[in-house]
Amino acid sequence: MDDMKIKLLQALEQNHKISIKTLATMLKISEKEIKEMIEELEEAKIILGYVTLIDWEKTDNNDNVTAIIDVKVTPQRDVGFDTIAQRICRFPEVKSVYLMSGSYDLSVMIEGTSMKKVAFFVAEKLASLENVQSTATHFVLKKYKQDGIVFEEDENDHRLVISP
Amino acid sequence: MASGIKGIISLGVGESDFVTPWHIREASVYSLERGHTNYTPNSGLPELRQQICRYLHKKFGLEYDYSQEILITVGVSEAIDIALRCVLEPGDEVIIPEPCFVSYKPCTLMAGGAPKTVSTQEANHFKLMPEDLEEAITDKSKVLLMSYPNNPTGAVMNREELEAVARIVEKHDLLVISDEIYSELNYNGDHVSFSSLPGMKERTVLLNGFSKSFAMTGWRVGYAAASEDIISAMLKVHQYTIMCAPVMGQMAAIEALKNGEEEVKRMKAHYDQRRNLIANGLNQMGLSCFEPKGAFYVFPSIKSTGMNSLNFCEELLKEEKVAVVPGDAFGQCGEGYVRCSYAASMEQITEALNRMERFLQRQQKQKKIFALNN
Repeated sequence: MDDMKIKLLQALEQNHKISIKTLATMLKISEKEIKEMIEELEEAKIILGYVTLIDWEKTDNNDNVTAIIDVKVTPQRDVGFDTIAQRICRFPEVKSVYLMSGSYDLSVMIEGTSMKKVAFFVAEKLASLENVQSTATHFVLKKYKQDGIVFEEDENDHRLVISP
Repeated sequence: MASGIKGIISLGVGESDFVTPWHIREASVYSLERGHTNYTPNSGLPELRQQICRYLHKKFGLEYDYSQEILITVGVSEAIDIALRCVLEPGDEVIIPEPCFVSYKPCTLMAGGAPKTVSTQEANHFKLMPEDLEEAITDKSKVLLMSYPNNPTGAVMNREELEAVARIVEKHDLLVISDEIYSELNYNGDHVSFSSLPGMKERTVLLNGFSKSFAMTGWRVGYAAASEDIISAMLKVHQYTIMCAPVMGQMAAIEALKNGEEEVKRMKAHYDQRRNLIANGLNQMGLSCFEPKGAFYVFPSIKSTGMNSLNFCEELLKEEKVAVVPGDAFGQCGEGYVRCSYAASMEQITEALNRMERFLQRQQKQKKIFALNN
């Protein structure tokens, strides 16, 4: 992939609300080229979506609970971990699924409206899947940083207004 | 004047808007925890000087002996002062291309020298032209004091252009104090250190530091690299006035050189994109500026407005709460220009550009009304 595409992706990864016009000025290429590149990247599924990072704690809708579950599974012949991972992905409660090195295999992040619902999901849906050997559930108590963004940070500019 | 106003956007700041990278801050905190709170050797921690030599070699192919030819100073500002004090005899002329950093002239005067300024022009992208340099030289000329990439213009000089300067330096037996504090912020290829040019190492006092490249302005760590004669003379002034640069800053600087390269690259990439945004925006609203190639400043001409630099800055601040610096603060030939720093967030730059455009439109309207009434 060429250098310009990487630069475009890096800019969009930080802020996808940035306008095509601004992107064109920043990267010194035409708006048309930017548009085409974005379309191309979307089609190639390199850009998978544009999500917004929200601190739900600051809203009234803040009683969701998040859990990270270590899942041990028996890999299957020919397909390894892929089939079971894809099955787990299909549940809408599941926010992310990673294959891990180390003492367990899949790291599954789940969000639910209550602890009970998450526990129920793990017991009924996840642990009962064929090939799942065991699960260990860790509830998230507080989020400090996600996707490179610190939730509560002192953002004051300490600089003098004018300096040489 | 600017500091009391609320809602102000400042493009007047001569330092990075990034905070010092965390790994550097963390290393300094750790060094304090371990009790590194003492004096260091006068010339600075040996490990830091070694790291600097390694850095200068890797970046510019320079060979310096860390034990004799490097001095750690309290920022480049101190280094400028003591270098001038060590090399000047009363009445010696110091040639200073302008616009330039604010301390060059006063430090020359304080050291008993006679500043002789050379104006650089927008038409030449504010580079030092060999013929202008040649013209400024007299029998009393001793030092050429210059800084590229340049604050406030954003000008850089490439190898051929510096070589032309070097030939004149050699011909007239000058010494060069080369302030290369913005060396990491060159968007037009690799920085060429003046002392890396053939025959120039012996004639150059190379000054550099950590403020701009690693976003470490408040730490006050810089260094001078020069021949043993000059460094030992500078060390005498340094040891009796400063003793040594603060140890926590020196510890942080070691970490910066060891592991900071990625962060430097990251910050530079950000500046580069903002540079395109601001230069383009200013040109579009009719404040012509050449494309700056280094540091984090643009230096647009405001001559089309009919105002002088100070006036422009004051009115812009009053009406639209945008702070920029009058160009004549950096020398008489900076009149008619203002310095805008793009060490500010994308959002701040965009908003500042909007406000400046509104300001210009209002000015133009007033000019028209004035013309109609007369």
